[in-house]
Amino acid sequence: MEEKTLSEPGNYTSENPLLVFNSRGIYCPQAGVYIDAWKPVNKCIISHGHSDHARFGHKHYLTHKFNVPIIKHRLGDINAKGVEWGEKININGVVFSLYPAGHVIGSSQVRVEYKGEVWVFTGDYKLQDDGVCQPWEPVQCHAMITECTFGLPAFNWRPQAEVMEDINTWWSDNAAEGKTSVIFAYSLGKAQRVLKHLNTDQGKIYTHGAIEKMTEVLRNIKDFPVTELITRDTNKKDLLGNIVIAPPSAHGSPWIRKMVPYETAAASGWMAFRGARRRRAVDRGFVLSDHCDWQALLKAIKLSGAEKVICTHGYTDIFSKYLRTLGLDARTEKTQFEGELLEVEKAAV
Amino acid sequence: MKQFAALIKRLDTTNKTTVKVKALAEYFQQASDTDRVWTIALLSHRRPSRPVNTTLLREYAAELANIELWLFEDSYHIVGDLAETIALVVPQTDEREENRSLSQYLEDMIWLKKQDEAVKKEYLQKEWSCLPYYERFVFTKLLTGGFRIGVSQKLMTRALSKAVDIDEDILAYKLMGNWKPQSISFQELVLDERSGDMDSKPFPFYLAYALEDELEELGEPKDWCAEHKWDGIRAQLIKRNGEVFLWSRGEELVTDRYPEFDAIKDLIPDGVVFDGELLPMIAGKIGTFNDLQKRIGRRTVSKALLNKIPVILRTYDLLEYDGVDIRTESFIDRRAKLSKLIERIDNPVLGISKIIEFDVWEELHTARANAREFKSEGLMLKRRDAAYKIGRKKGDWWKWKLDPMSIDAVLTYAMRGHGRRSNLFTDYTFGLWRENEAGERELVTFAKAYSGLTDKEFRAVDKFIKANTLERFGPVRSVVPELVFEIGFEAIAPSSRHKSGVATRFPRILRWRQDKKIEEANTLDDLKSMIIE
Repeated sequence: MEEKTLSEPGNYTSENPLLVFNSRGIYCPQAGVYIDAWKPVNKCIISHGHSDHARFGHKHYLTHKFNVPIIKHRLGDINAKGVEWGEKININGVVFSLYPAGHVIGSSQVRVEYKGEVWVFTGDYKLQDDGVCQPWEPVQCHAMITECTFGLPAFNWRPQAEVMEDINTWWSDNAAEGKTSVIFAYSLGKAQRVLKHLNTDQGKIYTHGAIEKMTEVLRNIKDFPVTELITRDTNKKDLLGNIVIAPPSAHGSPWIRKMVPYETAAASGWMAFRGARRRRAVDRGFVLSDHCDWQALLKAIKLSGAEKVICTHGYTDIFSKYLRTLGLDARTEKTQFEGELLEVEKAAV
Repeated sequence: MKQFAALIKRLDTTNKTTVKVKALAEYFQQASDTDRVWTIALLSHRRPSRPVNTTLLREYAAELANIELWLFEDSYHIVGDLAETIALVVPQTDEREENRSLSQYLEDMIWLKKQDEAVKKEYLQKEWSCLPYYERFVFTKLLTGGFRIGVSQKLMTRALSKAVDIDEDILAYKLMGNWKPQSISFQELVLDERSGDMDSKPFPFYLAYALEDELEELGEPKDWCAEHKWDGIRAQLIKRNGEVFLWSRGEELVTDRYPEFDAIKDLIPDGVVFDGELLPMIAGKIGTFNDLQKRIGRRTVSKALLNKIPVILRTYDLLEYDGVDIRTESFIDRRAKLSKLIERIDNPVLGISKIIEFDVWEELHTARANAREFKSEGLMLKRRDAAYKIGRKKGDWWKWKLDPMSIDAVLTYAMRGHGRRSNLFTDYTFGLWRENEAGERELVTFAKAYSGLTDKEFRAVDKFIKANTLERFGPVRSVVPELVFEIGFEAIAPSSRHKSGVATRFPRILRWRQDKKIEEANTLDDLKSMIIE
């Protein structure tokens, strides 16, 4: 992948940048293309399928081929073209290519090259291999537009295997008390990550409709354990001792009440905070995130070799200030990306 | 420590009282004797004093985490808890074979307090690098204080009672008073039956719930007594074997802070326990809670302060008389004894809370409406034949407070909350209108409040604040003045310490006035007109 290494230094100027932030999204004036636009545009490259990045109403969508069925499932019949990792798309002299971001299935970093100058938009990403999506790869660039949802030194993720062991133990403890385990996870990404690593010897895995449908779409790309959709005919007694994966919005809904007796848990990076754990009326909080923690963000920036860093969402002010102390040209830009915030606030019923 | 940290984790992950009691009871059955004594101490406000100040804690932690202090501070403002921030940013780089016990750590803290800074730093940095995350958090919490895990002393006592099979009330009595976890054994504290050495022991306070239904539903007026509800500090005054002891409601022995009582000890007969209210008495009149506040924190009281703000006990109950526990006698019988006793002592430092005479309920409505003129917060209703119970119980005692005073104010500043509200802007400052010298209207800060909204409302206000920040001053943000809230408070008094010239007691948000524009908020003059001279 020779295109991932830089041949010459960037000639970025602040008067005429390769990518700009306008009211519709991140825009490449030379190519007339947007990335993850938040308002309807003509041509849009989509980093991944979450709703704050893949929005409705664009005329042409370009994204990784794994993400095509995901956004079609969510946005309906749209005009979407899928590409391979590293495949070059030339638009008016600007070369766009996608590289794995390791966030969820089909999630990409967007590499933009023009006359030897390379920018990378990370989208949402994590460095940890979650065993579900294509792992993140470093991409060399002059300027990096990065998220920093968890850009504070207070965030340090434990290895996934340890967290999953905790989740499986929680499940078996609940089962021993004759209770159903209900775990809340975002329907694209977290749900499948948890599902993939549940210990199927412990019992059956049930799903909420939103999770079942998305998982069904992803089964064409990746193998997952067998799940059973909860329907009106599902016998409550059959659930006892088993685990249910549900979206955060199901918390406190009539749907969940029929599962009594149950224990609830949430899996999110925010669960690292005691306040957030307590604010969510869940019995257990597991710290599991599809975003980078503090060290991972720093590592990613270092490996990219970028001298210029633009922070888009998360603790942008603090994180960019810290990057400046490291001698980087770092600043923040306002976007409408929400990181993991949406997920946690939605569930905070 | 492993065991104690596991207990805290269990307590912290549930809101259910039964689960908490079960977790604690199991812990009390399994832990070592010294750990049990220390756990009782921690859960009854007897933690060792802070061995290292928080400035040093921050420095040591930031250094160990290899980050600059500003970054540590910024993280702290977001996490919302110092111990949690330290535990999160400091990496575990080492391990230790031996598991040091909770008692060892607490004894370390007593030792550490007297060490110089170099020793403190070495000790803390070593412990932080060795302990796994949750133990590191609990260890640091022990240094900084305040767990807020929803375990009251009462709940702890209930669990202990289950574990050792001793009656809960007897245990509550045993755990009161001045004992030191370093020098008492579990056997002595909990298991032994003692007779002497009980002189200082107060009785558990009987606490009233707020009246829920209509007054008229209490039954016949003739079965009830009413008195004012005073706005001071609830206290028990004990005289036994020639000594007086004063206990405040938090079960804190505060005799030394109020020398007024030791001065009259010879007037009080032995073997009596009064229940009453500590009140400031300024020039023969009851002062405000604000006045009393100047005495509360002072361990040593200067003569000048003693003259300026003398304190009295306005008694309303008698729990022990002639060395006999009379709590099971009826309220009016106890009152009769109290009345005679106070008359006999005949000293202004010991007053009596007068019974409000009434024949029909209607009269009490009037008395309550006029309560502020008596500097009282409302009325207390007590059943005439009621015994003095333990803790908060429904049925025989009710508090019937005045509705709070209220005013419409504008949100001007906001800060992130702590605990379960960390990371959300939930601590607010409110302003009222006044005219400045140039004749322009401006908002002047008058109160801070951080309770009274639902979680949903807090989230909405938080969102508004994040989108409408004007300036940042460390953790504080000034906000575009746009939101109006009705602020309630219990009392109001002139104050030279406040920018507005007014101090309000227990301000809280009554509701979000989404129907009001900021121009319609009240003025500072409106607020000042509420002060009763």
